[in-house]
Amino acid sequence: MKLDGKVPSGDLADKWTTYKSTCPIVAPHNKRRLDVIVVGTGLAGASAAASLAELGYNVKAFTFHDSPRRAHSIAAQGGINAAKNYANDGDSVYRLFYDTIKGGDYRAREGNVHRLAEVSNNIIDQCVAQGVPFAREYGGLLETRSFGGVQVSRTFYARGQTGQQLLIGAYQALSRQIHIGKVEMYNRHEMLDVVIVDGKARGIITRNLLNGKIERFGAHAVILATGGYGNVFYLSTNAMNCNVTAAWRAVKRGALMANPCYTQIHPTCIPVSGDYQSKLTLMSESLRNDGRVWVPQKMEDVKAIREGKKKPVDIPEADRDYYLERRYPSFGNLVPRDVASRAAKVACDEGRGVNASGLAVFLDFASAIQRYGSSKAHAQGLEHPDKATITRLGEEVIEEKYGNLFQMYEKITGDNPYKTPMMIFPAVHYTMGGLWVDYNLETNIPGLFALGEANFSDHGANRLGASALMQGLADGYFVIPYTIGTFLSGEIRSDKVDTGHEAFALAEKEVQDRLSRLMNIGGNQSVESFHRRLGLTMWDYCGMARNEEGLKKARQIIRDLREEFYRDLYVPGTQDEFNPELEKPTESPTLWSSVK
Amino acid sequence: MKLNLKIWRQKNNSTKGGFKSYQVDANTHMSFLEMLDVLNETLIAKKEEPVAFEHDCREGICGVCSMVIDGQTHGPWKGTTTCQLHMREFKEGDTITIEPFRAKSFPVVKDLVVDRSAFDRIIQAGGYISVNTGQAPDGNAIPVEREKSSFAFEAAACIGCGACVAACPNASAMLFVSAKVSHLGLLPQGDVEHSDRVLNMVKQMDDEGFGRCSNVTACEAECPKEISVANIARLNRAYFGAALGSEKKV
Ligand SMILES: Cc1cc2nc3c(=O)[nH]c(=O)nc-3n(C[C@H](O)[C@H](O)[C@H](O)COP(=O)(O)OP(=O)(O)OC[C@H]3O[C@@H](n4cnc5c(N)ncnc54)[C@H](O)[C@@H]3O)c2cc1C
Ligand code: SF4
Ligand code: FES
Repeated sequence: MKLDGKVPSGDLADKWTTYKSTCPIVAPHNKRRLDVIVVGTGLAGASAAASLAELGYNVKAFTFHDSPRRAHSIAAQGGINAAKNYANDGDSVYRLFYDTIKGGDYRAREGNVHRLAEVSNNIIDQCVAQGVPFAREYGGLLETRSFGGVQVSRTFYARGQTGQQLLIGAYQALSRQIHIGKVEMYNRHEMLDVVIVDGKARGIITRNLLNGKIERFGAHAVILATGGYGNVFYLSTNAMNCNVTAAWRAVKRGALMANPCYTQIHPTCIPVSGDYQSKLTLMSESLRNDGRVWVPQKMEDVKAIREGKKKPVDIPEADRDYYLERRYPSFGNLVPRDVASRAAKVACDEGRGVNASGLAVFLDFASAIQRYGSSKAHAQGLEHPDKATITRLGEEVIEEKYGNLFQMYEKITGDNPYKTPMMIFPAVHYTMGGLWVDYNLETNIPGLFALGEANFSDHGANRLGASALMQGLADGYFVIPYTIGTFLSGEIRSDKVDTGHEAFALAEKEVQDRLSRLMNIGGNQSVESFHRRLGLTMWDYCGMARNEEGLKKARQIIRDLREEFYRDLYVPGTQDEFNPELEKPTESPTLWSSVK
Repeated sequence: MKLNLKIWRQKNNSTKGGFKSYQVDANTHMSFLEMLDVLNETLIAKKEEPVAFEHDCREGICGVCSMVIDGQTHGPWKGTTTCQLHMREFKEGDTITIEPFRAKSFPVVKDLVVDRSAFDRIIQAGGYISVNTGQAPDGNAIPVEREKSSFAFEAAACIGCGACVAACPNASAMLFVSAKVSHLGLLPQGDVEHSDRVLNMVKQMDDEGFGRCSNVTACEAECPKEISVANIARLNRAYFGAALGSEKKV
């Protein structure tokens, strides 16, 4: 199949401007006649649904959550990039574009990324207008900070809850459209198939999670903003219910997946504590602004720490290896994520991991506390402050910057990170790969669009910090409202989609059959237990390091697991009631068939 | 450690529920929800129905987890959601009682799962700033006093979990509503619609059947994000101001 990215011709910097002023558009009276389905109400979906409804399209939005506000986007901590150059440190649209391309190992599509950098500034404006409480300086203007792989300060943030505040902004914009009836909102509806009529995406099949009812919905175009597939690894920083069902059903209907091998392993997560572990918690990358990563130099110190005979603070400076600062002096602790993760793996492979399992390194705030403490003491006019005062003042600064992250760490581990360094280890975090889309964010199936983490286009082989929120909101607020016109302008004469069409009946029947099959296996093992085993195999063989032998081995293990799944799965309860067991990723086995 | 659990089981909203006792083997490093995962795996292994509960982010931010643990919403730790509670709080032989959030406006869906869509409808009634995509001025066009912005942020930290309602003897939603009204009303951008927002949100809150606030302040004590009741005072002032100053009927 020949794929056309449809990137407009002309200079990189002019493509989007030219496109916007020449692309086909749909007149207001026609917009009112056109229906659009948006699946997913995370940053990408909520912003798209709200913006399209504001333009006049009739939108139906779907989420499996009980409310659009719960989407996984809510968990993003660190921040969102924009090329505002408010810090006057030499930032520009081109520099944001260049950093993003370079960070992604030059594997992202340049046209899309330049557009992303261009609209990044509009996102900040839009969010501020919605009331997103970004951090501010004393003068009342917006504050920024730095993220990995970048030498300017371009990341806007709302303490450690940037994702929540941005999502609430989009959720509120969406709520306004629901209120005036331009968006019909379907909560607790899981999309289980996409329906193709005459080669175009014309609707979806859903399961109402409250009563198990299988329902059909038709529209002139379908947008998937359904997030990534990180939970294939079971343990990840993703929310528990994230799954790839929607994208995978699209693939089964002919859509193409691009770069599925590009999974981001985030360097700073709380390490695994036992085999009951259900998910991993991220400690935001922003912590690397002030935290220093190290392991002991001497093996005897490693051993003493593991056995609890020595505390990290007992190790003298000279016996510590701040390996990122040593190996990458120009970026120091703020190297890109892939580099930091691999370096942690190397340190642990050398046997220098610092927890009982040997799979953790330190992230230490002691120097930052002293540095901030001294400068705050100075600002307060304290002459000769003692060490305790400096430490107290420094801890106050750190608390203001990262309070909720430190609290989160302490709740989970029981350790106080103000007093002892955090222990961290890399974990699966984000998926750069996803549904293949062209410049219009349209998949190779006409009328089927993919936004946010669900598509593949903007991050190449590695996403830089604070750029997923940017991409999700760029796609939803500022890109799809224009690009969907290229498809819908050809649909203004189409009638309302008839869900009585045989394609709907067929898709519905297939969904019913799949569910009955799962319910009727009548084996002994839970979905969760299979998912855990799948995840472990993925992590061991398709994680931070991969080779041919390992991949072949993984393929065999997964084939066997799939066979066992269809033989020995047990799903309690029934299909036609609220049944959380059926919401679990029962799609994974079909996904596994991709290893055939 | 071995624990005894007394868990509320209810098939759906039209059947009556009741407590059932279970035993589970947990360890101190687990989170509370991981302990329930372990219980559910043992139930599934015995072909019994697992306990339905809601969870997603498991890091205290999505607001979906919701249980009353030994009489306290989100359990005994202050400023903590159920998913952040860890088992080091408990000891060998403890009996733990687990119930759903209880309030007329939050009907039970199944076991520990309740329907909190009333909160969405309150936001839909006015919990936003009316600005279409593309209409915004430059982000730095309106400076916001740092302290005000910080108060707005603290109110905006609400995760919509509904613990305030479940903790309140009147099942009032005032803390939730006042948090949104403060978040938006404290910012210059949100000031324009402030009065309408207050009136519309309060009306929807009443229509949903939430109770009146009688200053018990259990909401603040049990709110996992420690949202302050000062927001309620702010809402009351705004409400009376808006109701008196408004041409509209309230
Ligand atoms: C812990 C954490 C911290 C992060 N921090 C940052 C950060 O600081 N900066 C940054 O830029 N990025 C960050 N990221 C990444 C970023 O949050 C995500 O990539 C982004 O939010 C994804 O948004 P989305 O809208 O594409 O998808 P999601 O937010 O995942 O939303 C998916 C939506 O689709 C719905 N859905 C999915 N499947 C179906 C189905 N079959 N039927 C119906 N509905 C369905 C879901 O209900 C949900 O509404 C972080 C990620 C994690 C895990
Ligand atoms: S105010 Fe607190 S308790 Fe109430 S919904 Fe918000 S976060 Fe939950
Ligand atoms: S599961 Fe998200 S807040 Fe508890």
